[in-house]
Amino acid sequence: MVRVVGVDSIDDLVRVPDAVALTAELDVVPARSEMEIAERFGELAARTTASAYTSFLGAGAYRHYVPPVVGAIAMRGEFLTSYTPYQAEVSQGYLQAIYEWQTYIALLTGMDVANASVYDGATALAEGAIMAINATGRKAILVSRAVHPQYRAVLRTYARGLDVAVDELPLASDGTTDASQLDAALADQRYAAVVVQSPNFFGAIDTLAPAAVAAIRATKTLLIGVTAEALALAALVPPSSWGVDIAVGEGQSFGNAVAYGGPHVGFIAAREEQLRRIPGRLVGRTVDNDGRTAYVLTLQAREQHIRREKATSNICTNQAHCALVATIYLAALGKTGLRDVAAHNLARTAELRAAVTAVDGVHLRFTATSFNEIVVRVPAPAAEILRVLQSRGIIGGLDLGRFYPDLADCILMNATELTTSAQIAQLAGALKDAVRDAVASV
Amino acid sequence: MPLPAFDTPLIFETGQDGRANRYVAPAPPLAEFLPASAVRDDLPLPDNSELDVVRHFTRLSQKTFGIDTTFYPLGSCTMKYNPRINDALANLPAMRDLHPYAPDELAQGALAVMWELERSLASLFGMAAFSLNPAAGAHAELTALLIAKAYFAKRGDAKRTTVIVPDTAHGTNPASAAMVGYKVVSLKSDERGRVSLEAIKAAVGDDTAVCMMTNPNTLGLFEDQIHEIAAAVHAAGGLMYYDGANANALMGNSRPGDMGFDLMHLNLHKTFSIPHGGGGAGAGPVGVAAHLVPFLPVPVVRAEGVDEITGDWRSDERTFHLDFDRPDAIGTMRSFWSNFAHMVRALAYCYANGAAGLTRVSQLAILNANYIRASIKDLIDIPYDEPNRHEFVASAASIKRETGVRALDIGKALLDRGYHAPTVYFPLLVPECLMIEPTETESKETLDAFIAALRDILIAARDNPQSVLDTPVNTVVGRVDETRAARQPDLRWHPAEA
Repeated sequence: MVRVVGVDSIDDLVRVPDAVALTAELDVVPARSEMEIAERFGELAARTTASAYTSFLGAGAYRHYVPPVVGAIAMRGEFLTSYTPYQAEVSQGYLQAIYEWQTYIALLTGMDVANASVYDGATALAEGAIMAINATGRKAILVSRAVHPQYRAVLRTYARGLDVAVDELPLASDGTTDASQLDAALADQRYAAVVVQSPNFFGAIDTLAPAAVAAIRATKTLLIGVTAEALALAALVPPSSWGVDIAVGEGQSFGNAVAYGGPHVGFIAAREEQLRRIPGRLVGRTVDNDGRTAYVLTLQAREQHIRREKATSNICTNQAHCALVATIYLAALGKTGLRDVAAHNLARTAELRAAVTAVDGVHLRFTATSFNEIVVRVPAPAAEILRVLQSRGIIGGLDLGRFYPDLADCILMNATELTTSAQIAQLAGALKDAVRDAVASV
Repeated sequence: MPLPAFDTPLIFETGQDGRANRYVAPAPPLAEFLPASAVRDDLPLPDNSELDVVRHFTRLSQKTFGIDTTFYPLGSCTMKYNPRINDALANLPAMRDLHPYAPDELAQGALAVMWELERSLASLFGMAAFSLNPAAGAHAELTALLIAKAYFAKRGDAKRTTVIVPDTAHGTNPASAAMVGYKVVSLKSDERGRVSLEAIKAAVGDDTAVCMMTNPNTLGLFEDQIHEIAAAVHAAGGLMYYDGANANALMGNSRPGDMGFDLMHLNLHKTFSIPHGGGGAGAGPVGVAAHLVPFLPVPVVRAEGVDEITGDWRSDERTFHLDFDRPDAIGTMRSFWSNFAHMVRALAYCYANGAAGLTRVSQLAILNANYIRASIKDLIDIPYDEPNRHEFVASAASIKRETGVRALDIGKALLDRGYHAPTVYFPLLVPECLMIEPTETESKETLDAFIAALRDILIAARDNPQSVLDTPVNTVVGRVDETRAARQPDLRWHPAEA
C-alpha cells in the first residue's frame, strides 16, 4: 500500500513540523485484551454500589420496565451503525422510523409537528426558548420555579450566550406555579415566552388556568410547556389542550435507560405556524422518481450545514438512536400498554403517598394532584434523613434543599410500575426509624 | 448489496384493538387516581402485536445501510467499526440503571469511568482538562465559545466580538458562533488549501475572540503553519479553538495542545468508535488549557486529593465526587452530567488500544486514505494532490463539464454497488466535491473492491454518462423528490388517514 501511495513508509505520511510533533510521553489507560477489559469494567461496576439499593429517585430520570424486544430490535447493526440519513435511497428504513417518532410525539403532545429529536429535555427547552425569541423578537423568558432546576440552569447558560434575560415565576403553596402576578409581568410585552412544566419538578400537574393562558395569548407571548416525564403524556390532558404553543420535553421514559444521565432524548413539538423555526432534523414523506412513497430529510434550509451562521440552531447530531428506541417502545406498548403503565405509576405513587405520610412527623408538602412523584416534609434536614435511609439500603429520593434552599426539609420521591409494595413498606419502616431518631436527637 | 424492495406500511396503519401485548398487568382506570378534568380522553396510538412490531422494525432496518453491512467512506464522519464489547459494557446493569442523582459514594465506579477517560483524553490531546458534559460536537462548540466569552468577560475585555472561521470549516462553527452573539469573519484558504499566516495576521485584531480551526483541515491537509498561526492569534489576545472532527488523524502524532490550541472538542462518536446510531446520540467532550479550566461547565469529576490538571488517569484507591462548586463555570449545558453510556464505550475503546494502539489507529487511517487517493487520481481530479491525512477530496468538476455527471451522481452510483456515498459538496470551496474517509478499520481487500467500483463508475461516467445519471436502481426507492418534500411538508401521519 505504501508503494502505491508513492512513499517509503507510513512515517512519510504522518510527519508534522518539528514545532508541533509529539514529544510528551502519553499517559492513557493501558492496552488490554477484550476479556481483561470485561474484567476491568466488572470491577468498576462492582464499585458502583447503587444498584444494590432500593431507589425512589426520579426527578427527571425514570426507571421503567423495558420489554426485551426493544433492545433486541434497536441494537440491530443496520440501525446502530448507520449515519445521519443524508443518502435517502439507502436510509428509507431509518427515515421512516424517525417519521414515526415525529408522529408519535405529535400525537402524544397533541401538537401539529415534531422534530427528529434534540439532545435532551433541558436543551429542548433552551431550543424552544430560542424559537420563541426568534418568533417574537423579544429577548426575555419568564420561567416557573417549578420547572426542573437543571432545565432552568441550561436555559440560563444558553441565555447568557444570547444576552437574553431569564426571570422566574414563584411557587404557589400547593406546589404549582403561582400565576397571580402574571398579568403584571406580561404587561409591557417584554417576554418572548412563559415556560411551565407539567407534571412539574415536584410531580404536580401544573397546567395554567385558562385566564393565565388568555393573558399570555393577549400579550402575544408564547407558552412553552415542558414534560420531563413523557409517560405522563399517555394519561394527562395533552399540552395542546391547555394552550401550549411549543411543547418540549424528555423522552427517556420511553424505553431508554437512566444511564447515569445520558444519553436521553429531547423532543420539540409545535404548532404549524412555528414549523420553520423548529431546530434540528425533520423527516418528510414524499415520492421517488417512480412515484413510490419515500422519506427524506427536509426543510434543510433551516440548518447549519446550509445556512451556517444564519441557521435556526447549530444543532447537527440529534439523538436518533434514542428516538428509535422510544419509537419501538411506543409501538410495542401501544395505547393500551402505555395507559396501563401510566395507571400503575399513579397507583404505586398513591400507595407511596399513603405509606410515607402515615409515618408520624412526615407530611405531604404539596397537595396538588401529582403523577408519579410526591414531595414530603420531614422533621429534620432532608439530607440527614436520607443518610439514615441509605444506611438501611434505601435511596429515599432527592434532597430538595440541593435546588431549593427553602425546601431543605423536603424529599422528592418517585414510584413507577417497577416499585413494589414490599419496597414501599421497607421505605416506610426505615423512614419511621429515621424520623424517630432525628426527633429524639433534637 | 440490493436492499429488500417491500413496502412497509406505517406502524399507525397496522394496529388493531385487541392486539395489545401484556407487558404489565391490567391496571385500574386512570379516573381512580386523577380528577376527570386532568385525564386525557383520547390516546390515538395503535396496538400492534409484538410479532408485527418485530417484523415492522426489522424490515425497516433492512432498508438501511450501516457500517455493519456496508463500507461507509463518508468524509469528516469517521465511520469506523464499532466494537460490540463497548455496547455490552454500557449495558452492565450497574452502569445502565445508575440514577444520575445517586449519591457519589454509591457511584464510585461510574465516576472512575469518567475520570479515567477524562485524564486519558487530556494526555492524548495535550489539554489541561476535559469536560464530558456536552452532548455532541456542535454542542461542544457552543460550550467552548461560552467558555471563551466568560473568560474575556472575567478579564473585563469587552471588545472581543468576532470569531475567525476558515472557509474549510464545518457549518456548525459559524452557527455556534452566532449562538453566543459573535460575528463571524470568514477566511479564504490559500492555493495550497490551507490557512496562510499572512491571512491570519491580516484578520486578527483586538476584536478577535476566537479562531476556530481543524487540523488536518476538511481537505485532509495538515495545517503546517499552525504553530505560527496560533502565535499570531495569541499575540492579538485571541484564543485558538480546535474542532475535533478530524482527530482520528492525530493520535500519538501531534497534539492540539502542543499546536497552541486553548480549547478543543472531540466527537467521541467519530474517533472513539461510538456507534453513530443514525445520527446520534453523540458525545462531545471539551478540552481546555489551564487558564480556562475554571470556566468549564459543571459538574466536573474530581478525585480527592488529586490535582485536576496534573493528576493521572489511575482510579484504584481513589475517591471521586462531582464538583458543582465552581464559581467561574459557564453553567451547565444539558440535563445531568454527560452522555455517560458513551463514556463507558469510549473508555473501553481506549483500553482496547492503549497509547500505542491509538497511534497505530491514526497511522492506518492516513495510509488507507492515501491508498484510495493514489488509486483513483488518474480518473478524477484531486485538487490538492499531495499526501493527505485521514481523508481527501476529489472534484468531479471536469467530469461534470464534459459529461454532465455530478459528484452527487457518482455518490448515487456507489449506492447501487453496495457502498455508502462519500460526503458530497463539502467543503464548499471545492466544486463538485467528493470527500472520502475510509478509516483504519477497513481491510485492503475492502478498499480494493471499493476502488474497483469507483473506477468503474468514473469510466462509465465518460463512456455512458446516462448509466450513471440513472442510478440508483438497486435501492428500495430511486432518487427522492426533495423539492416536493420541502414545498409540501408532510412531517407526520394523521389519524384522518386511517
